[in-house]
Amino acid sequence: MPDPSSKTVMPSQDASAAALTLGASSESKSLGKPRSLWSDAWHDLRRNPTFVISALLILFLILVAVFPSLFTSTDPKRCDLIMGNNGRAPGHPFGFDRQGCDVYARVIYGARASVTVGILVTSGVVLIGGFIGAIAGFYGGAAGSLLSRLTDMFFAIPILLFAIVFLSGFPFRNIWTVVAAIMLVGWPSVARIMRGSVISVKESDFVTAARALGASDMRILARHILPNAIAPVIVVATISLGLFIVLEATLSYLGIGLPGSTVSWGGDINDAQASLRTAPHVLLYPSVALSITVLAFMLLGDAVRDALDPKLR
Amino acid sequence: MGTYVLRRLLQMIPVFFGATFLIFYLVLGMPGDPLAVMCGERGCDPSTANALRAQFHIGEPLYVQYFEYMKGILTLDFGETFSRRPVLDVMGDAFPITIRLATLAFIIEIFIGVPLGLVAGLRRGKFFDSSILLGTLLIISIPIFVIGFLMQYFLGLKLGWFRPTVSGEAPWNELLLPAIVLGTVSLAYIMRLTRTSVVENIHADYVRTAVAKGLPHRRVVTVHLLRNSLIPVVTYLGADIGALMGGAIVTERIFNIKGVGGTLYQAINRGEAPTIVSIVVILVIVYLVFNLLVDLLYAVLDPRIRYA
Repeated sequence: MPDPSSKTVMPSQDASAAALTLGASSESKSLGKPRSLWSDAWHDLRRNPTFVISALLILFLILVAVFPSLFTSTDPKRCDLIMGNNGRAPGHPFGFDRQGCDVYARVIYGARASVTVGILVTSGVVLIGGFIGAIAGFYGGAAGSLLSRLTDMFFAIPILLFAIVFLSGFPFRNIWTVVAAIMLVGWPSVARIMRGSVISVKESDFVTAARALGASDMRILARHILPNAIAPVIVVATISLGLFIVLEATLSYLGIGLPGSTVSWGGDINDAQASLRTAPHVLLYPSVALSITVLAFMLLGDAVRDALDPKLR
Repeated sequence: MGTYVLRRLLQMIPVFFGATFLIFYLVLGMPGDPLAVMCGERGCDPSTANALRAQFHIGEPLYVQYFEYMKGILTLDFGETFSRRPVLDVMGDAFPITIRLATLAFIIEIFIGVPLGLVAGLRRGKFFDSSILLGTLLIISIPIFVIGFLMQYFLGLKLGWFRPTVSGEAPWNELLLPAIVLGTVSLAYIMRLTRTSVVENIHADYVRTAVAKGLPHRRVVTVHLLRNSLIPVVTYLGADIGALMGGAIVTERIFNIKGVGGTLYQAINRGEAPTIVSIVVILVIVYLVFNLLVDLLYAVLDPRIRYA
C-alpha cells in the first residue's frame, strides 16, 4: 500500500491555510452579527447531505463499537469447527468462517478494534504532531529547520515498512503497540500542516496587537494563533482517521498488528484468504464493513474540508 | 541551477543518514539482546552468532555499529543473510521484479489517472466529475488487500483473464494484474489531484490569454492548462515511486511475487537485520533521488519557476 498519510499533505495546504484565515476575518453579509468561521462551517455542514449521512453512519459505528451486544447475541469467539466455512443458516445471516465462528457476530464485534485504533491514533497524532508543528512554526529558525529535516527523514521511509519494522521490535502484540506504530508514522504530516498554518497566521495584525499589549508567547500561541490555525489540521485529521483504520487493518492482515485474540476485521480477512476459492463470503463481509467504515470517515473529512475551506466553493 | 542542485544534495545528506539510522536503531538498537531479535525464536547456532556479532560489531555503541555498516555499503558490501548469501545477491533477484511491477503501476497511474482527472476538472460539477469524485473516494476507502482479493477472485479465478498468482520469473504480462492492484489507490489520488488542480487553474489569467489569442482549444488545454496543473501531480508521483516499491509488501503477498516486498516481509519476520537495513537504504536513496528530479521538473512545467 502506498504511503497513506503523506497523501494528505497536498501542496496547496499552505495556500488553503491562508485562505482559511482570510475567511475567518471576513464577515457574513446577510446577518448583522459577524459569523465566525466555525459557526459558518457548522451552518453549511448541517445542510450538506454528505455530512449528515456520514455523521449518522459514524455515530452508528460508534454505537456498534461500544455496545456490540445490542446487535447480536452470538458470542464471536464461540466457534464450532464442524460448521467451518458453511454458508448462511437461520440465526447466522453471514454464515461461518474457517473456524466455524459466526461471521455476523465477528463483523459486529470487529468494529470496536478499528474504531478504537482510529480514534486513539488520530487524537495522539493531533496532540503530538500539532504541538511539535506549532512550536516549530511559531519559533521558526533552528527549530523550524530541525522539524523540516526530521519530517523529511520520516517521509523518506515507506510508511507501511516503517510501521512493520517498528512492530517487529516488540516481543508482544496488543492494541497499544499498534497505536504507537501508526502514531509514529502519522505525526509528521500533521506537524507539517500545523507548522505551515501557524506560520501563515503568525504575521497577522491581531498577533502583533496581542504582542503590543504585552501578552506572553504561550498566551499568543494558545489564545490567538491556535484557534485560527487549527482548521486545516482538523480536516487532515478527519481524513487521516480513515487512513489509520486502513493501516491498522493492513497490519492485522499481515499478522503483525492486533493479536489473534482480538476480534478485528483485518485479522479476519487474513484468516479468510486461505479459503478464498471455496468460501469467498467469509472474506466479503469483514471487507465490506471495513470499507464502509473508512468511506464514512473519508466522506466526513471531505464535507468538513468543503465547509472550512471557502476557496474550494 | 548548479548551486541549487548542490544545496539540495547537501540537504539530502542528513535526511539519508537520519532515515537509515532510524531503521538501524529500530532493528538493532531496541532494548534486549539484538542477537535474540535477529535469530528469532529458534536461536542461532554459535558460529552464526559469532559471525553476526563480528559483522554488526555488537557490544559496541550503536553509532559505531551503524558507521561500520555504512562503511561496508560504500564498497557494496551489504552483509549476508542468515543462510550466508550476500544481501547484494538477494537484492539483485528481488529488485528487478519489483521495479517491473512498480513501473507498470506507475504507467497505469499516469496514463489513466491524468486524462480522467483532466476531463473531470474540465467538466466540473457534471455527471462525469461527480462519478469520478465518488469512484475515487470509494477506491481510497477500500483497503488494497481487499481490492487485491476482489480482482484476484473475479478477474483471475472467475473470468480467467489473468493468472491469479505470478510465477517465479515474474514476466511483464503476469505482473499486469498485480500492477493494477498496486496502482489503484495512487491512481485515485492522481485523478483527484489533477482534477482539483485543473479546477483551480481553469480561470487563471494565462488560460484566458491563451483563449483570447485564438489558440485552438486542444492546445490551450494541453499546453497551457494541463502543463501548469501538473505540478502537484508530479510532486505526488515523485514521492509515490518509493512508496510503490516499499509498499508492494501487501500486493506481493497476495499474488505470491518474490520481489522486494516479499523478501522484506520475510526478512522482518526472521529479524534478518542486514537484509532489512540494506533494502531500506536503497528505498531511501530512490525516494531522495526522485524527489530531487521532481523539484527540477517544476521548472520545466512552470517557466516562472527558476532556480538561482
